[in-house]
Amino acid sequence: MSPSPASENSGIWKLIFGRLDWSSLPLHEPIVVGTFLMVMLGGLVVVAGITKYKLWGMLWNDWFTTVDHKRIGIMYMILGLIMFVRGFADAVMMRLQQAMAFNGSEGYLNAHHYDQIFTAHGVIMIFFVAMPMITGIMNYIVPLQIGARDVSFPFLNNFSFWMTTAGAVIVMMSLFVGEFARTGWLAYPPLSGIAYSPGVGVDYYIWGLQIAGIGTLLSGVNLIATIVKMRAPGMNMMKLPVFTWTSLCANVLIVAAFPVLTAVLALLSLDRYVGTAFFTNDMGGNPMMYVNLIWIWGHPEVYILILPLFGVFSEVTATFSNKRLFGYSSMVYATIVIALLSYLVWLHHFFTMGSGASVNSFFGITTMVISIPTGAKLFNWLFTMYRGRIRFDLPMMWTVAFMLTFTVGGMTGVLLAVPPADFVLHNSLFLIAHFHNVIIGGVLFGLFAAINYWWPKAFGFTLDTKWGKRSFWLWVVGFWFAFMPLYILGLMGVTRRMRVFDDPSLQIWFQIAAFGALMIAAGIACMFVQFAVSIINREKLRDTTGDPWNGRTLEWATSSPPPDYNFAFTPVIHDNDAWADMKKRGYQRPLSGYEAIHMPSNTGTGIIIAGLSIAFSVGMIWYMWWLAGLSFVGILAVAIGHTFNYKRDFYIPKDVVERTEGERTALLAAKG
Amino acid sequence: MSDAAHPKPGHDHPDAHAGAHGTMGSYMIGFGLSVILTAIPFWLVMTGFFANPQTTAIIIMAFAVVQIVVHMIYFLHMNTRSEGGWSMMALIFTLVLVVITLSGSTWVMYHLNHNMMPTMSHDMSQMP
Repeated sequence: MSPSPASENSGIWKLIFGRLDWSSLPLHEPIVVGTFLMVMLGGLVVVAGITKYKLWGMLWNDWFTTVDHKRIGIMYMILGLIMFVRGFADAVMMRLQQAMAFNGSEGYLNAHHYDQIFTAHGVIMIFFVAMPMITGIMNYIVPLQIGARDVSFPFLNNFSFWMTTAGAVIVMMSLFVGEFARTGWLAYPPLSGIAYSPGVGVDYYIWGLQIAGIGTLLSGVNLIATIVKMRAPGMNMMKLPVFTWTSLCANVLIVAAFPVLTAVLALLSLDRYVGTAFFTNDMGGNPMMYVNLIWIWGHPEVYILILPLFGVFSEVTATFSNKRLFGYSSMVYATIVIALLSYLVWLHHFFTMGSGASVNSFFGITTMVISIPTGAKLFNWLFTMYRGRIRFDLPMMWTVAFMLTFTVGGMTGVLLAVPPADFVLHNSLFLIAHFHNVIIGGVLFGLFAAINYWWPKAFGFTLDTKWGKRSFWLWVVGFWFAFMPLYILGLMGVTRRMRVFDDPSLQIWFQIAAFGALMIAAGIACMFVQFAVSIINREKLRDTTGDPWNGRTLEWATSSPPPDYNFAFTPVIHDNDAWADMKKRGYQRPLSGYEAIHMPSNTGTGIIIAGLSIAFSVGMIWYMWWLAGLSFVGILAVAIGHTFNYKRDFYIPKDVVERTEGERTALLAAKG
Repeated sequence: MSDAAHPKPGHDHPDAHAGAHGTMGSYMIGFGLSVILTAIPFWLVMTGFFANPQTTAIIIMAFAVVQIVVHMIYFLHMNTRSEGGWSMMALIFTLVLVVITLSGSTWVMYHLNHNMMPTMSHDMSQMP
């Protein structure tokens, strides 16, 4: 922030607006102003459309206040997709800048803007794309897979979603009011301390993550309780579908790891706000402690992201090979071992900080050990496919692409796990290529497999194959174009986060990478076209059976989309792959004997508290202490007020259940 | 709320709620122990019973650990059977992670401090 005229920034103005003044608005950045105008225009069109078609009531009653795990899951996916567009825009801007900034050219981004972009790209992609999307998939699928009617704490689920969204709103706000952190996505001190980052950027970062972190943590608690306590009768832990198992492990990791992030960011806030010296250079502070602590969260975090997708690949491979998953119990134990080992490897993120040979070799070895259970999983998938009758539908295509891509990424990871090699490659583009290789090849490909696989369950029609295949090929080929040059550049010693380059011989590689990014952009466009085309042709793509893929797990036993209560009767489980077992034994849907179903009621408390949390964060970020104080009191008041809300549940009457199930009976009969 | 979503929560753990609520007596025992375990450290600090503050600090930490156990037994009603064994498993898992985090950080930070902190400038000046 540039210093502002004293007249504006003094006295009453300062009391009301803290450090916010006209110079906080990035009016001197034409790119940001243009983006702002486009976002405003788009937002106005959306708001006008919703108002014109009188959808506000529907949105509020059926979506914003819902406690239905399926709707919350879909809202998480929408949040993730919107933030994905933002995060990818950042990526394309970086690729263009790096492809241009040679031979004395400064590119088109100044340093202040560029540094914000690479920070925002990392933060958004991890916290507001990958996390909401995996939480969304788990939210939607886990209760269905275990035969439950909702999660354990439906209101908490709604609250978690809105807190995550509030975090996303805070981060997005920084684009147009003030600035975002210029520190890299983990905001290492002393750079992120008040002495070197006096502006609001790091505060936006801290509060965005803290608020979203509450949502993530609570949703972790919720899903653990759901999986542990609400399984259908007969479903013991070793009959749990693999996706639910991996979700359980991921959520255990969330609950164990996220408090560390909260604590370390709280310590950083204390350094910034009240002048403590935990991570400062002087007064006995130690910035290395921050790096140590944040990676104790950070390494489990990457397994939080990938584990649920390992589950998705397991479900998809078994379903599309028309076979039971090979090595179910080894899959489960591999998942548990990965979850535990993920706590023993954090130091490999800072081999070069100077902890010496003994420490480095311990963490180097634990890191290499983690590749063993991961490799076991890969062989399980291959053996599942072996002699299977494989159908190469889109989910299976993404799964095969994942296996090929992820293996390469895993191997470069083992290479980086060797401390002497890491001393050469640390902080280089080789590292960037490695983690994009595993996160795109693992997490994103897995999410696309999951979206293509479960879309018909969520909406009752399959996704268009033609546009899906276009998206697939553009994505996969684009990925290789975008990241293989980075491996090469990294081996040549090019470090990450560079804005301009001196050596003209490097330019061609950045241009190839930029071409890859453009192919990915086309792939993303094809994906959105795929959604649009599928929605338009939904009658043609309609699935009335609820089981379009000949699925194996319980979510395919109910209709698509499932009724509010998921299952009219709680299924009884005799085998893992419960639905495949039921089909084999000639299961007949019960057609009578329905009863009224006890369900939780919607509530607006979640969205209200999340809104107040945004106000609180704005107060803290801009030093508007009155706003922070008032909204904090407001949060407490609404939370306490909610405990007096006794209208928490209702019954879906028997005749409604009968009618819903009757419609499904008719549809199934028409199908024959 | 879980009852709202599911007719029979925890049905596959018939003993899930067994002993989930303490008696007046057990709460009073827990309360009494907590008071005693809090009062003794206060007394140690205020009277300066041990000349060496480090001894006092270590003893206070020990009392804190015992206090945690008291809370888990008398207020959280944890034992090997509660919640079908899940709470004990969660406790063991938590302990493993806490031990990894604390001992690992201590180990790592000891080496980092040894190699990189204040003496560094001195050592660096000796470097060729």
